[in-house]
Amino acid sequence: MSQLAIQKLSADGTPSKEAIDNFIGGHNFPIVEGRDVTFVYRGEADGVLLQHFIFGLETSQPFQRLEATDLWYLTVDLPEKSHLQYKLNIQHGEDHHWILDPLNPHRALDPFGANSVCRTAGTERPEWTFPDPDARPGELRNLYLKSQAFGQDRRVRVYLPARFRRGRRYPLLVVHDGTDYLRFSDLKTVFDNLIHRLEVAPMIVALTDAKERLHEYPDHPDHATFICQELVPWMEKEFPLLGVPRGRCLMGASFGGVASLSTAWRNPGFFGRLLLQSGSFAFTDIGDHKRGPAFDPVVKFVNAFRANPGRPSDKVFVSCGTYESLIYENRSMVPLLQATGMDVRYVEARDGHNWENWRDRLREGLSWLFPGSLWMVYE
Amino acid sequence: MFDLTLLGPQRWKPDLVTAFDRLSIRGSVAAITAGWQEREGENEELQQHLGRQVIDLKLHRRLEQVFVEDPELFNEHRARQDRLRALQRLYRYRLDFFMEPARELLRRKKESEALAAHQQAAVEALRRFDQEHLESIRRIHADFEARHQPHQRPAIQRQREEMQNILSQMSGLAIAGGHVAVLINRIRLFGIADLVRDLPIFAWSAGAMALGQRIVVFHDSPPQGAGNAEVLDVGLGWFSDLLPLPHASRRLHLDDPLRVGLFAQRFAPEIGVPLEMGTSLRFEKGAWHPWSDALGLAPDGQLKDFRGATHR
Repeated sequence: MSQLAIQKLSADGTPSKEAIDNFIGGHNFPIVEGRDVTFVYRGEADGVLLQHFIFGLETSQPFQRLEATDLWYLTVDLPEKSHLQYKLNIQHGEDHHWILDPLNPHRALDPFGANSVCRTAGTERPEWTFPDPDARPGELRNLYLKSQAFGQDRRVRVYLPARFRRGRRYPLLVVHDGTDYLRFSDLKTVFDNLIHRLEVAPMIVALTDAKERLHEYPDHPDHATFICQELVPWMEKEFPLLGVPRGRCLMGASFGGVASLSTAWRNPGFFGRLLLQSGSFAFTDIGDHKRGPAFDPVVKFVNAFRANPGRPSDKVFVSCGTYESLIYENRSMVPLLQATGMDVRYVEARDGHNWENWRDRLREGLSWLFPGSLWMVYE
Repeated sequence: MFDLTLLGPQRWKPDLVTAFDRLSIRGSVAAITAGWQEREGENEELQQHLGRQVIDLKLHRRLEQVFVEDPELFNEHRARQDRLRALQRLYRYRLDFFMEPARELLRRKKESEALAAHQQAAVEALRRFDQEHLESIRRIHADFEARHQPHQRPAIQRQREEMQNILSQMSGLAIAGGHVAVLINRIRLFGIADLVRDLPIFAWSAGAMALGQRIVVFHDSPPQGAGNAEVLDVGLGWFSDLLPLPHASRRLHLDDPLRVGLFAQRFAPEIGVPLEMGTSLRFEKGAWHPWSDALGLAPDGQLKDFRGATHR
């Protein structure tokens, strides 16, 4: 077996400062060599830890110091097609602080800040997630809806596809956490590209945000009322929409997945399509759950749903990362959804509970739920 | 015999005017943009590019009018489309069972002396399956034509007469791309072939696809499904030895000899010709005359000069 880059560096004993400089300058970090991924930190410290979000591995893993140098490293075994987000925990005596990997320029943003990103072989960022100058851009409009259910105005961002026409009828996609999807999952770019490539049908998208998502999303009746009795009827009045179940879809990730499923469950047959990403479908067979009080209403809903799922929709796309703590719950959901008679597509990826995972699964989900005219149109 | 010029896509760097100039086309031209569906007739860019009057034949809107005037035809047309769609679904279910062995056998390298015979048999089975499908489609069309004689129906005849008047004043016809099934349906229903026999015709993208012997839709890496090219319909048959492949570099893995070779063998004797930006091919007196570099998919998996990619 050939030596890893870090082993070659120290093969002849302690490397010189110049050799370390050359090593740093000559590699991209982390160094991906097959399944071996070597994380590197250079600097004075009492300890360095890898803090990552892969469920199943130790969350915090210590680096080794290359003897008599300021170079720290850790090699971990990661399968190909893995996507990992992480930070480094730098320790000085009793103090420690989490930082982005200074040697890795790849970052992912999320509502809590940013993480460093590592992708192993076979999992490059999909090209359809980058802005494409050939793609005609859609339009985002900020609108406000007076909600009786919430007793306040709610902002709804509406995406209209390129070449939008009043004389045509479009499907409607309602997105939970719309602003986060736009910011962290490049949702507008994704829609522009997939619609331009004819992989996804042109659609109108209502991007919603919760004021208190942990309260509103897990099966809250006011939320379901807002979506089904206020938002969708208003959208169907304002825009040329198909206005039938097969032309209505609810989408969300994490708690947004719970909001999507619970809203559809309360209004069976209203939404003909669901797109559920890493849904927080925690449940108990017996005893208490261990996920904290925010999950109390989630578990109550999912337990009730599991006992009596009904047939909330017609076609459901479910995705989850195998590095998520929710993988067991999502896998458990699949046979249950299938047993309802719905058409279910379930997709896994070696990825975590993050916005890039949700972005990278959108092509597969949206093109299955709303296929474009790719095969028929040659312009 | 039609006077045809096939071109690459016209959206980014249109070169239709160059083709017009080469043939010294002067005066107004007619256009068919039915493939653009609800955007039919929005041809300001085309008009600007050509620097002359462009009269859209508006086949899409004319057919809407025909259907209002002749509801029986509307119902029968819809029933035929339903039959064609059902047939296509059945064909698609079985296609993979012919594609997979052909692909697998072509992938293998001389493992035994029997390999070549099996490769040929697998490709032949696939070709027969495509041919049977095409014959089924042809029967559906023939049945529809025989029973409903669309060209004899007053609502269609009125539109044809109007178009004949327009075309008599035109010096050429441009057929744009778009939705290939929508386009071919309307060209066929209005019997456009009889109206444009004396005009030079310029077609690109789906417009070019509609004019051959058969319409093959293709994409090697769609977001859903196996990416097997499908025989979709009978074309107008204005030429027979070429299969236009618009946007081939984007839709096909042209650097994959296995896929290219199988495609070429499957659809022989038609030669798959990528129609990229800048491609132009002229069909005159029964022969093709490339005006630009034109490549063809060859049975050995390579892209060769169009005339060198022959199967014969």
